[in-house]
Amino acid sequence: MKHLLSTGDVTRDEATLILDTADELLAVAQRPIKKLPTLRGRTVVNLFFEDSTRTRISFEAAAKRLSADVINFSAKGSSVSKGESLKDTALTLQAMGADAVVIRHHASGAPYRLAHAEWSYGAVINAGDGSHEHPTQALLDAFTMRRHLGDLDGKRITIVGDVLHSRVARSNALLLHTLGAHVTLVAPPTLLPVGVDTWPVSTSYDLDAEVEKADAVMMLRVQRERMNASYFPSAREYSRRYGLDQARMNRMPVHAIVMHPGPMNRGMEISADVADSGRSVIVEQVTNGVAVRMAVLYLLLGGEQ
Amino acid sequence: MVESADLPPASDGASGISRTVLDGADITRALTRITHEILERNRGSADVVLLGIPTRGVHLANRIAERMTEVEGNPVSAGALDVTMYRDDLRMRPARSLEHTDIPDDVDDKIVVLVDDVLYSGRTIRAALDALNDLGRPRAVQLAVLVDRGHREVPLRADFVGKNLPTSLSEKVKVRLAETDDVDAVTIVGGAA
Repeated sequence: MKHLLSTGDVTRDEATLILDTADELLAVAQRPIKKLPTLRGRTVVNLFFEDSTRTRISFEAAAKRLSADVINFSAKGSSVSKGESLKDTALTLQAMGADAVVIRHHASGAPYRLAHAEWSYGAVINAGDGSHEHPTQALLDAFTMRRHLGDLDGKRITIVGDVLHSRVARSNALLLHTLGAHVTLVAPPTLLPVGVDTWPVSTSYDLDAEVEKADAVMMLRVQRERMNASYFPSAREYSRRYGLDQARMNRMPVHAIVMHPGPMNRGMEISADVADSGRSVIVEQVTNGVAVRMAVLYLLLGGEQ
Repeated sequence: MVESADLPPASDGASGISRTVLDGADITRALTRITHEILERNRGSADVVLLGIPTRGVHLANRIAERMTEVEGNPVSAGALDVTMYRDDLRMRPARSLEHTDIPDDVDDKIVVLVDDVLYSGRTIRAALDALNDLGRPRAVQLAVLVDRGHREVPLRADFVGKNLPTSLSEKVKVRLAETDDVDAVTIVGGAA
């Protein structure tokens, strides 16, 4: 594995290796010295063309805990046309000797272009591209599920909300399928992407029926900026039909967990009491994110290049 | 025959030439002696923390801990210290998977006894000292090994040795333990016959 662009490229063995490695690296956060010397002298560039708080900070913490040098490159406001700017940026990074580039871009496929255009030689890690994929989020979600539910083979995972615009849903669907879990996407018909029938998932419009069978329920953020685009009649109706409130949570099996990739709209897709309940692992997802990203950086950069 | 996971298969050149230098009973006696030597040197097990280097060092540390518990009458536990992330040869091979680290107790001001199966170049133990440095500040660090085969590449020596085994660089020392390999034995494979 040279790059991490899509969870569709990751085999079951590779995914298990990443999750097992993260298991060991999680303990580093509990130690008095939260640092390993492994990536000393390596340079990791965080190249963010789109706003992000937790993903960028998480990657930065992960790289620093492995002793890599981190350069944060925020390309917001760049007026150069997309293709050119990405190429010029890549050439700059190559000149600086970047060993890995963590890229978030509003255009789907930008990380793939960066990895395959031969502008630079470092590893490319996709930190979210358009509405395409967000592989490290899926890996940390799978990691969190595995810690609570054990082996994911045969587990039932329900993903609810704006699947159409969600890179998290796509990455999760592919990865969880690879790991042997059954994924069900629940969304209004307008928020399911065209071609979802070719995904390795089942779909449903009925959240009440699905929560009763789920081992984990993952709520997706409703992107407020899209609320006027007639995807659903009103926020209130969406919340009633596809939001997770206390009553719905009580219908879940006792062992089932509630997840959310963040940032949350409390009161919209998830009610505040559910988000703060004992079954919510949302804060833990953030903690696990650092360990999973450390595992990815180590496995891509730790050995011979 | 079960191959040691740490060593490549002995199919090169003089294949099939292997001699057993320690059998099960020898290993048992060596570990019993090491146990008593550790207790004697440290006047009991009170501040001793045993840390095995995965994978076979961990099994040996557990066996020593069992014997110590029998001798001293109070429970002694053993942990595991994975040194992969501290190795100096990481960039010479593809990234390898990590082993489990389990530190049973705070190491600050304790006597840490590192346990490994074979002492060879000494680089693994050097990495272990670095790893230990990030976990705390032990009062003392000691080293127990089942086999010392020589050829050190760093200035280190073991405090407790099961058997000193003079070897040539072309030979391979294989340690097999019942926990992973179904049988207890140390064999030398290959070399000029």
